[in-house]
Amino acid sequence: MLEISDLQRRFDGRPVLRSVSMRLEPGEYVAITGESGVGKSTLLNLIAGLDRPDGGRLALDGADYGDLDEDSLTRLRRDKLGFVFQAFHILPHLTLRQNVVLPLWLKGRKGPQADREADRLLDAVGLADRADSWPRELSGGEMQRVAIARALVHAPRLILADEPTGNLDPSNAAKVLTLLAERIRASGAMGILVTHSPEAARSADRVLHLTPEGLSA
Amino acid sequence: MTLAPVFLGSLARRRTATLFSFVAILLGVALGMAVQAVNQAALSEFGRGMRTMAGAADLQVVGPRGGFDEGLYATLAARSEVAQASPVLEMRTERIGSADGLRILGIDLFAAGPVTPALLPRPAEIQDGSDRDTRLAALAEDSLFLSMAAREALQVDPGDRIQVHAEDRTLTLRVAGDLPGAPDDPRLAVMDIAAVQKHFSRIGRLTRIDLRLAGGQDAQTARAALEPLLPAGLMLEVPEAAVDQAANLSRAYRVNLTMLAAIALVTGGFLVFSAQALSVVRRHTELAFLRAIGLARRQLFLWLLAEGALVGLLGGLAGVALGHGIALGLLTLLGGDLGAGFFSGLSPTLRFSPWASAAYVLLGIGAGVAGAWLPAREAAAVAPARALKSGDDSALSGGRGVPMLSLAMLTASLPACFIPPIQGLPLGGYLAIACLLAGAVMLLPTLASMLARTLPLRGPVPARLAAARLAAAPGQSVIAATGVLASVALVAAMAIMVGSFRDSVDVWLGQILPADLYLRAGRAQSAGSLDEALQARLGKIPGVARVQFTAFESLRLEPGRAPVELLARPVSPDGDGLPLVGSARPAAKGETQIWISEAMRDLYGWRPGERVLIPLAGDEVAVQVAGVWRDYARQGGAIMMDLADYRRLTGDASVQTAAIWLAPGADGIRVGEALKSTSDSGALEVAFPGEIRERSLTIFDRTFVVTYVLEAAAVVIGLAGVAASFAALTAARRREFGMLRHLGLTRRQIGAMLALEGTLAAGVGVLGGLAAGGAISLILIEVVNRQSFHWSMDLHLPWASLLWFAGLLVALAGLAAILAGRQAMREDALLAVREDW
Repeated sequence: MLEISDLQRRFDGRPVLRSVSMRLEPGEYVAITGESGVGKSTLLNLIAGLDRPDGGRLALDGADYGDLDEDSLTRLRRDKLGFVFQAFHILPHLTLRQNVVLPLWLKGRKGPQADREADRLLDAVGLADRADSWPRELSGGEMQRVAIARALVHAPRLILADEPTGNLDPSNAAKVLTLLAERIRASGAMGILVTHSPEAARSADRVLHLTPEGLSA
Repeated sequence: MTLAPVFLGSLARRRTATLFSFVAILLGVALGMAVQAVNQAALSEFGRGMRTMAGAADLQVVGPRGGFDEGLYATLAARSEVAQASPVLEMRTERIGSADGLRILGIDLFAAGPVTPALLPRPAEIQDGSDRDTRLAALAEDSLFLSMAAREALQVDPGDRIQVHAEDRTLTLRVAGDLPGAPDDPRLAVMDIAAVQKHFSRIGRLTRIDLRLAGGQDAQTARAALEPLLPAGLMLEVPEAAVDQAANLSRAYRVNLTMLAAIALVTGGFLVFSAQALSVVRRHTELAFLRAIGLARRQLFLWLLAEGALVGLLGGLAGVALGHGIALGLLTLLGGDLGAGFFSGLSPTLRFSPWASAAYVLLGIGAGVAGAWLPAREAAAVAPARALKSGDDSALSGGRGVPMLSLAMLTASLPACFIPPIQGLPLGGYLAIACLLAGAVMLLPTLASMLARTLPLRGPVPARLAAARLAAAPGQSVIAATGVLASVALVAAMAIMVGSFRDSVDVWLGQILPADLYLRAGRAQSAGSLDEALQARLGKIPGVARVQFTAFESLRLEPGRAPVELLARPVSPDGDGLPLVGSARPAAKGETQIWISEAMRDLYGWRPGERVLIPLAGDEVAVQVAGVWRDYARQGGAIMMDLADYRRLTGDASVQTAAIWLAPGADGIRVGEALKSTSDSGALEVAFPGEIRERSLTIFDRTFVVTYVLEAAAVVIGLAGVAASFAALTAARRREFGMLRHLGLTRRQIGAMLALEGTLAAGVGVLGGLAAGGAISLILIEVVNRQSFHWSMDLHLPWASLLWFAGLLVALAGLAAILAGRQAMREDALLAVREDW
């Protein structure tokens, strides 16, 4: 379970997040929308443990972020979080299988079993026959499918997707969103999708709107 | 090693940059390894030769080159501490008409057997029709026994006759056999001691006594018991002492060469730095992503270091292999002499030293890790959220250097210059150079930014863009210039130092060669001498206005130190005509005074005005140091005294050379011929000062050939750095170029912008390099050279050569930037480049 209460963040004294609270139950997939500059990415960075709040509380499965040092936050990301980015961030010098298996490598798991996990996820995103291909051979939609497989391979508790369709055409975007929702639900993990797009937001179970005053349904 | 494909795979992706870094480290390691391997081979060959010569001797009595009274032999042989004593008279001479040196050891065949069996000759069966008894051939007065290597070098066979210099005459000897125990020394010859004493007018003289101690005697106790029996100027040394002395004498030269090779390696480290820094910039979103998905900051740092270490390891391994190959080539071509003449005449064999090789591999890894350190630290410090958001893999940091730290480093170089030599090595000087170089590199971004801000922001758009970029983000552009700065600093420093040295040597030669002609009896000063009768005859040759004689002797002043050279020639009481350094303190009338070289002042701590004791003809003689003179010929130290004083104190009237002033209108060539005709044909050599000067400067230039090679390597590596850095930068800036093309800039304009950026960056590197090089040259001249070789010199700046070099380097850097940019902007090459770097 993800618990956020009265979260605040300021940059150079200027408040970006004034008071954000939300609660996410296991298996729940929410979309957060909002205008540019309202603090969507800031909120996502705080949930990812990549940034520290100026006030409020954040806890994942009972672990309070305020009690965790940088190394512990790194371990938390490694073990419990999965990421899907707008710019894919697929490493060009690794094959698709290697890209997908990367989170398992970071957890110290290497070998045939880890590769099988990666292949299973590649199969799930429809790229089973491309496991040994290089990223340069893929289209944008395919790259994002690889990123989804990579975000799920280590069975995270929470998946964070930041504008995952921002670089895709409408047809590919729709496919990726469907796939993302499907895989999150299938894995039983929690999911947060940050997007500008109302169409994208509709792929989630519920939609929250971020305003300067906070989150609202 | 789980993440090895993620990081090390990145090296393979940017093959060109990796290859440049690899080659740079390879070259640096190879040059250092080659210098080390050649010197090590030469030293061990020298040591092996000395051990062969010493045989079973536990101690050796050594003294001046002129020798000592043989009565000491009987005294020592009778002592209970001594089991066996073997007298030796060593004469260094040359074959008439050639420069083939020969070291003739006169030995007592019956005494040498138990002490130095390797020196025992083996008479050859010679079918020459004579009725000589082969068994007694070793005792014959004209029998000469040569090592196999010497026979090959002189191209003679048993039964052949050769002529050598002996005093002011020629001596004909018959090759009577070889030395089976010492086949490898190309200059070694053995004769019966009585024959050597007779032929070289050394009746009753010895130069060495080899001692085998009685059972149960340790060298220390025996030494203490025997030393009081020795006249002044004689010493008891262990046989290894000569090896140590050679090692000590050549150490500074060897270490200086190694340091030059190290600078090539440091330049290689800069190339790794430049490649890694740009790679980190290009990968910053990739690295941020890895941090986001759970890679710890420290792990990221260590993996980025591992990338540098891997390049260093591969470069180190290949460098060690190449270094051994180069060393093998050098040993085959030049023997063990890398130019300074310390080990000339040896034929050393290359030996693989696992420890030295491992050390050089480690140095390669060190260069790789050092080069990767700062970029890795910077990458690990980046906030992943920000880097991920930017999504622009060509974002540039506006690094402005670390001016305070760089100023601190530059300042630290000053006190380092005052650190005294440690074991004869100028470690403080090296530290000062390292501080200066590091400080200059760190100051480079600040310097670049300041310079770029002074450039007028007008003119063509490419020029404005190039200047603006250098002013706004100097950190990135200047990465390309770090290698240039390091290599230019090295070249400028060496050029100024060598130029100053050469100029000073030239002036010095003019001072010490004031006469019109010089005459000597062979090059070797122990065998060739001019007796009183000949001296008198020389003065009477028509056309000779004045003759000045010089006697040479060697003195042993302290155990463990190499002998000091004594030059006795007419010297005016105030030292007029000597290349004096500092002011003179002439002795009071009636006192004997000497003039010491700078090496004597540094090694023995003698000062003008001080009274010291020197051993002459077996007695300690009190003399006053009247002044210090500059001497570039004798690194171990030299003393000059008036010839009349020398004769009065030693009773030795013979001299080795004569300086001759011609009468007005006399023809030098005719007078030279007349001088030579005063003795046997070929026994005397005459030279004009111009010839001696030319020969000396040729030897000087040869000494620095290896350093020129090392400098050239550093410059090539530096230029490779510019090319590699700009190729990487242009590849990383493809989005910027795309945007500029959309705005309407032509390819040619972008090419011009890159050329200007390259020229500006390299120009800043060259400027910084010249400034740093100038400062380093002062350290080389005032600290490193003085502490290593005890030579002072006058500063001489080769302005024209330096300006040419700087201009050429800037032009080449601009060209490298254009070529790199052209490659990166080729439409079809764009994707490939993106993947490559």
